[in-house]
Amino acid sequence: MQSSASHAHTSATDSSHGHAHHEPGFFGKYIFSTDHKVIGIQYGVSSLLFLMFGFLLMLVMRFQLANPGKAIPVVGALLEKVLGEDMAKGGIMGGDLYNSFGAMHGTIMVFLAIVPVLFGAFGNYVTPLQIGAPDMAFPRLNMASFHCYFLGGVVMFASFFTPGGAARSGWTSYSPLASVTDLANRFDGQTYWLMGMVLLITSSLLGSVNFIATIIQLRCRGMSWMRMPFFVWAQFVTGFLLLLAFPPLEAAGLMQLMDNLFGSSFFLPQGLVVNGTALPVSGGGSPLLWQHLFWFLGHPEVYVLILPAIGIVAEVISNNIRKPLWGYKSMVYAAMSIGFLSFIVWAHHMYLTGMGTKVATFFQTTTMMISIPSVIILTALFISLWGGSIRFNSASLFALSFLPMFGIGGLTGLPLGFNASDIFLHDSYYVIGHFHYVVAPGTMFAVFAGIYYWFPKITGRHMNELLGKIHWAGSLFFMNCVFAPMFIQGFKGMSRRMSDGGTTYFGPDAGIGADPGVLGLNKMIFMCAIGLGIAQIPFIINFFSSIFAGKRTTSDNPWQATTLEWATPTPPPHGNFLQEPVAYRGPYEYSVPGAKTDFTPQGDKN
Amino acid sequence: MEIPYTYKARPDTGLYNAKVGIWLFLASEIMLFGALFSAYILLRVSAPVGFWPDLALAWPRGLLNIPIGTFNTAVLITSSVTVVLAWASLKMNNFARFRVYMVITVVCAFAFLGIKSFEYNDKFSHYVVRLKDGKALTGHIEVNGKHPGFWNFQDQWDVAKLADQKVDKIKVEVDPERDIHGHAKKHAGHDHEVREIAVSDIQFLGSYTPSTHPFFAVYFLITALHGLHVLGGALVLGYFAFPGAKMWKSNPEQFINRIEVGGLFWHFVDLVWIFLFPVVYLL
Repeated sequence: MQSSASHAHTSATDSSHGHAHHEPGFFGKYIFSTDHKVIGIQYGVSSLLFLMFGFLLMLVMRFQLANPGKAIPVVGALLEKVLGEDMAKGGIMGGDLYNSFGAMHGTIMVFLAIVPVLFGAFGNYVTPLQIGAPDMAFPRLNMASFHCYFLGGVVMFASFFTPGGAARSGWTSYSPLASVTDLANRFDGQTYWLMGMVLLITSSLLGSVNFIATIIQLRCRGMSWMRMPFFVWAQFVTGFLLLLAFPPLEAAGLMQLMDNLFGSSFFLPQGLVVNGTALPVSGGGSPLLWQHLFWFLGHPEVYVLILPAIGIVAEVISNNIRKPLWGYKSMVYAAMSIGFLSFIVWAHHMYLTGMGTKVATFFQTTTMMISIPSVIILTALFISLWGGSIRFNSASLFALSFLPMFGIGGLTGLPLGFNASDIFLHDSYYVIGHFHYVVAPGTMFAVFAGIYYWFPKITGRHMNELLGKIHWAGSLFFMNCVFAPMFIQGFKGMSRRMSDGGTTYFGPDAGIGADPGVLGLNKMIFMCAIGLGIAQIPFIINFFSSIFAGKRTTSDNPWQATTLEWATPTPPPHGNFLQEPVAYRGPYEYSVPGAKTDFTPQGDKN
Repeated sequence: MEIPYTYKARPDTGLYNAKVGIWLFLASEIMLFGALFSAYILLRVSAPVGFWPDLALAWPRGLLNIPIGTFNTAVLITSSVTVVLAWASLKMNNFARFRVYMVITVVCAFAFLGIKSFEYNDKFSHYVVRLKDGKALTGHIEVNGKHPGFWNFQDQWDVAKLADQKVDKIKVEVDPERDIHGHAKKHAGHDHEVREIAVSDIQFLGSYTPSTHPFFAVYFLITALHGLHVLGGALVLGYFAFPGAKMWKSNPEQFINRIEVGGLFWHFVDLVWIFLFPVVYLL
């Protein structure tokens, strides 16, 4: 049984816009568009470009860690020419450059790549379609949100070329370090970072207001709360996280901006001495205040990075196992619990700050509590697989490998949540391994799954399956080879902050009896990071060639899926649906006994 | 398909889109100002004792002008009342009265900002002077016959700048003595004693501005952010009163919704001040 929309012709699209509707020009169509699908694609393209840029920054850093003090091949001379001798003399990465690449890798990946691709791109494109809405509730706000994001990205990118270079106090920008790194230059990379963040926060504020209002107000007839696809639930909870967790960072950003530009002391303690001279500020501020405000955003942000990813995985998995999700309702309640609990776990990032054992105990308890709903979701997805007839295509392979990867990422977080074990592991490579397992093979795999899955709806063409499978196999192998050794390095005590890859402590001349084997792992990680880069080439080729030459879809619902986005024409026109969509049933009615086909779309009456 | 519920309420939620949007936006605003108030509390409770030169107190008190603050509170509350009356007038189909009330609201908003800028100006010429003998005093200063202020803020002074410009003496209109709670002592007369102080005796000189103490940093940041909200709200409400009022003819229902949403924002701005005034001025 085909969805009703596939019978319609394009002429119906035009007639549904009887009022004075003129064809917009290039700018109106691609730059100042208010259509959620165009904005979704804008977000998608920009965030994937930032993703690649962030990855390249990391490659240069990994080269430095594997070969400290050697000239960077290929880009070394360019870096020296563009960024100056202070940064990369003779093509060798200086400590300042390493720090600034480190800070910007984190910032770009979190705020400019992963969040926009999940929330901005997939959220924008898919959410209104899945709830049967013609567009977002506030289309112009949606456009403004993208423009703020893009401008924020430009400011961040431009900061590399300011005197003194981009921000180099880590993506967390801890004060007082962030306020004193460049005393000669008050309008430095850190100031650009803060201005960029204010723009990005504005963008996510506009976006989250829009998403929540859309999901509350624009659900089509019959789309009750418990008939919403899990992806929409994930976006809904994510919207609240962004709405409520980001403003405190905006406040903190304004305070740090005042510290940097107007000489106030929000975060600067009394008697601060920098490079042997007392800093000419009043003091009386609190460095802990910054950390509290930062992590009040920082921890919910982790769930912003993972919840929409779980949403994508849930959609792709239930479609490709031809079974309803097991425990859909408990997954929804688990997502809501995660949303709530994520606001009261932030200080588990601060066990070593001396905030007190009682406070640490509180946050340790809540941190253990939040692992319960996360496990519920993952378990529900695993149990869903039981007895399914699984289709192994590129999308489902990525979605299926998300489960163990996110599992590793989550479970390795437990030792960091207990403050006794965290004291040993804090600030080591173990932490890097842990959160990259959550975000890189975790979230990134979900992003790839989503791209392979929704590509036919967006372009009307399939992506190449063979290239997709090569991409999947290479990514899975190299991702693990990059991040698994970091756990070992962390256990051996390697700090995450050293620009020489630990040579000072683990090198042959260090004489402190540390295990030199961890330095060998740096070389292995670098080689595998190169491998990971090469594994993305089939994807890039596949992505662009499929837009123009991929196999055309023969139906509006090529995956035989149930949710409403497949009931639209391909690609969906402005206004999305040809006639008013109605949801007659739950989102995952696959293999319903007695049904004619193994899927019953939400919009089918019978 | 058109976007539904842009001004008609959705039956099951009972709300139109913009009303959901403004409440969500206000929730986010509460988190923004909440973070600033939290910062104020944290800085104040962790401030080291004896840090503020004037008193044996860790945190400056009684430095803001309470009568002016009270008056400004009254101005804002008045505007909050008139914005409701403006909305109610539209509901009662009386456009002329709507416009009168809206104009009063906007006038109140600008009155508030004007009074606030007078307060700001005062802080920029009010200085803490810590002497090398360990004594400290506060008051308005005069350097080379001129008072520094908000509108000529490049005219701010510190010890290094005094030495740099070869100033020998400054005049200080010394504030009346204060008790431990920051209140001026009763017997202190109204006339300010003007003292001339040699620059060579001064160890530290700083105006009542963010770089002198975290209290002023918090005060200026919260009130400036609040001031920006007042300004933004006033511009939007002013737009509704005049150019935006064309919509009253074409789509009165949506126009009333706009006034309601704008009014909700205005009440929020008012509410922030209701918290801000006691916390910063009185406590």
